[in-house]
Amino acid sequence: MRALYDRLKDRFQLGELTRQRPDLGFVTVGRDHLRALLVELKDVEGFTHLVLFTAVDWLEDGQFQLTYLLNNRATAQDLGVRLMIPREGASMDTIHDLWPTAETYQRELYEMFGIDFPGSPRVDEDFILEGWTDLPPNRRDFDTKEYSEATFAERAGRESHDPRDHMKQKLYPDGE
Amino acid sequence: MKDEKYTPLPRRPIGLDREELKKRTVTAPDGQTFEVDPIRDYYCQDAPKAHQRSYIKIVEDFFNWCRAESLWILGYGTGCGAIEMRPLMTPRFDAYRYGIQWRPTPRQANLLMISGYLSVKTLKRAIRSYEQMQNPKYVVGLGSCTINGGMYWDSYNTIKKLDEYLPVDLYIAGCMPRPEALLAGFEDLKKIIKAGGGEGANKYAENFEWYKANQKSVIKDWDMPDYNW
Repeated sequence: MRALYDRLKDRFQLGELTRQRPDLGFVTVGRDHLRALLVELKDVEGFTHLVLFTAVDWLEDGQFQLTYLLNNRATAQDLGVRLMIPREGASMDTIHDLWPTAETYQRELYEMFGIDFPGSPRVDEDFILEGWTDLPPNRRDFDTKEYSEATFAERAGRESHDPRDHMKQKLYPDGE
Repeated sequence: MKDEKYTPLPRRPIGLDREELKKRTVTAPDGQTFEVDPIRDYYCQDAPKAHQRSYIKIVEDFFNWCRAESLWILGYGTGCGAIEMRPLMTPRFDAYRYGIQWRPTPRQANLLMISGYLSVKTLKRAIRSYEQMQNPKYVVGLGSCTINGGMYWDSYNTIKKLDEYLPVDLYIAGCMPRPEALLAGFEDLKKIIKAGGGEGANKYAENFEWYKANQKSVIKDWDMPDYNW
């Protein structure tokens, strides 16, 4: 993994390598180099399988973190490529021509995070949610409880506790 | 920290605005042209009618006894409760000895088990299945999810109170209820039906507007006729 990183570091201006396990590492990359890096990893380095493609919402920083997790079957290694994109008007280049499965992940991100992928097939079609009209539900500023209370009828008499306050009350009844 | 700057991304039309559900003119291979209206051509849109009771009580009681003794369940699992059905139908608990059996299609069944949480997407299919079942028909809600939302009480995509959308005859509490609880529940349902209380289908027909309004308030992507008979 280290040798691979040293080979690619300067060409693609990679960030620090984070090694979570001997066979799992993460690198960060700039948007300009992403596609070239993915092509290199796929065609030359043997990372032929896109395991997953997902996003993390860094609301406070105003950014989305995209993670492309690739797998090399021959050496049994996983490499995650991380990339930050601005949250506002979030849009990313499609990679469905490299891995056809990315089309599905991109539809999911479009629906659940509101990240656009211009040119990706069927990206504006419903994926899991049918007829969703509110904020994309995986964005952290979407309040799922508030939405649920406003949308779905509730049976009277149900008592709900805020987990944090309730456990504090149970574990430390006389305060800390 | 509400993001005011979010502008919704373009989506394809949903519900009855879908391209494939619009009225259109089709040319057949033999050159004949005709109009197709998918929603109206393939379905009967008439609202359901309440079923008349027999005018002699003893006859109605006999009918109810017959109905109670042959509960045929639609094999349709919505949540984790579908798993409880397998031990129930196999020799360990053997529900068949009570006259209960599982059927593959709504047309052959008269008992719909909502076995767990219902997402909005599944609710649409459950309504379709319920409406395709023949009268008299019964609905049993399993587990706390159908009663008050259960552990999905704050989820953005699951309903919390099933009887707003379908006429529920009986709830069986638990998370999930064990097969023994289900057997006890079936016995209770039989008592309800024998006492003449299994009037869910009639209730649905009489309050049809109310049920439809509730259903449509959650199912935004309404791409089917109002009654899927």
